[in-house]
Amino acid sequence: MALKLPIYLDNHATTPVDPRVVEAMLPFFNLQFGNAASRNHAFGWEAEKAAENGREQIARLIGATAKEIIFTSGATEADNLAIKGVAEMYREKGNHIITMVIEHKAVLDTCKRLEKYGYQVTYLPVSKEGLIDLDELRAAITDKTILVSLMYANNEIGVLQDIESIGKVCHERGVLFHTDSTQAVGKIPFDVQKMNVDLASLSAHKMYGPKGIGALYVRRRNPRVQLAPIIDGGGHERGMRSGTLNVAGIVGFGKACEIAAQEMPTEIERLRGLRDRLRANLESKLDEVYINGSMTRRLPNNLNMSFAYVEGESLLMGINDVAVSSGSACTSATLEPSYVLKALGVGEDLAHTSIRFGIGRFNTEEEIDYVAERVAEVVSRLRELSPLYEMAKEGVDLSKMQWKAD
Amino acid sequence: MAYSEKVLDHYKNPRNVGSLPKNDPNVGTGLVGAPECGDVMKLQMKINPETEVIEDAKFKTFGCGSAIASSSLATEWVKGKTVAEALKIKNTEIVKELNLPPVKIHCSVLAEDAIKAALADWKTKRGADEPAERAQASAD
Repeated sequence: MALKLPIYLDNHATTPVDPRVVEAMLPFFNLQFGNAASRNHAFGWEAEKAAENGREQIARLIGATAKEIIFTSGATEADNLAIKGVAEMYREKGNHIITMVIEHKAVLDTCKRLEKYGYQVTYLPVSKEGLIDLDELRAAITDKTILVSLMYANNEIGVLQDIESIGKVCHERGVLFHTDSTQAVGKIPFDVQKMNVDLASLSAHKMYGPKGIGALYVRRRNPRVQLAPIIDGGGHERGMRSGTLNVAGIVGFGKACEIAAQEMPTEIERLRGLRDRLRANLESKLDEVYINGSMTRRLPNNLNMSFAYVEGESLLMGINDVAVSSGSACTSATLEPSYVLKALGVGEDLAHTSIRFGIGRFNTEEEIDYVAERVAEVVSRLRELSPLYEMAKEGVDLSKMQWKAD
Repeated sequence: MAYSEKVLDHYKNPRNVGSLPKNDPNVGTGLVGAPECGDVMKLQMKINPETEVIEDAKFKTFGCGSAIASSSLATEWVKGKTVAEALKIKNTEIVKELNLPPVKIHCSVLAEDAIKAALADWKTKRGADEPAERAQASAD
């Protein structure tokens, strides 16, 4: 069977929409196109019915009830709504928020904005494995703390926080717990009841659904969470998020959740197998490669590796028939290396050499083997070009070098 | 952000990759940049001591495609030039030749620095020889 190039291995950035999801969505563009809020005719009723069905499917995947699902344009908006919504609503109770240094920018930048408005934010550090310390969390909570926001799965290194224990700590202290579960939902089991979660951000396009639709889970019982909206208007979504519902998107999102629920157990094993195979292949072909973040508490489909002495962007350029991403500064618009890798204590030189592989539903074993070979080939070639590799082989201690940088 | 044709060409077929013997008195070695910045260039030139013509040049680079291309181009350009001519090479000429976008201009700056560093190293090595020669001459 011929390999279809280029190969897509960047499934943390986005995923292709599952053909079954596309099929489910299509009628809602030009056949069942009504506005779900049109109460007075069949076009509206059928749109509403489709939206409610989608809501059910999403709720079921995460152990919630349909009334607890608020639709947004994506996880970024959900993060904004959760954090700003709680901050405003619970301002009388307190003004302190706790999060961590490796959160997605959608959480970090939202917190930075709140700091400008006089809120206090604690950014918990992480260990070399990428995990927060529960005792440090306990110590950080004060009587002014109104929210803890800690992501379940990190988008760069795939590391999983101990959400269940974190939720327990928060509930003991009467603090709301929000988790950005974008990278975890549909990939690994996530149950808001079992994990003591009060708010959770979800996104469709990370789980084989369409871009432009996400949701915020908002707990209604024990406790009942209240949110100030960040978008005002027609009062949709119980007043929490105005704006006409993206019915086609919701239908797609729902279908993606239904598929995920059915296929998760087998998919987890298959993707973990592919990930482990990729890792083993690379480690057998190359020396001085390092995994970033815990391998035991990790998404089954994520591999984040540093290839010493080879810069990330030049590596990506060399494997131009494979789509992955890098933590190198050269690949970011701001020329800053990955802050997540930095927080793990990965030296800046190694941060520039990191590659993130995100394996997905449509990747095959053949593709994995091809990628391993290409990566090994290009790394070897670039090491021949690398003055650092040359110096290391000569026995120079690079950490003791005095560099002439401008 | 697509890469320019020229950058891709230098990346796929880099010119003059390798090393020259560091201890050769006619070889100047420039090592610039830093791993923390994601850019390290080593540029070496073999220079004829009488004519001051750059007879050979080699490079090794840790960096993105544009950095590799800039240093590869630098070795191409210095070959056959005199030391004085090589010192005149400006990073802006590299930017123009490779069509580097604004965000990659610093790669060309580093290449210019590498050229200058290699030439400075060669000059220093020559300076270490000269006092002995002058002393010899005045002794005659």
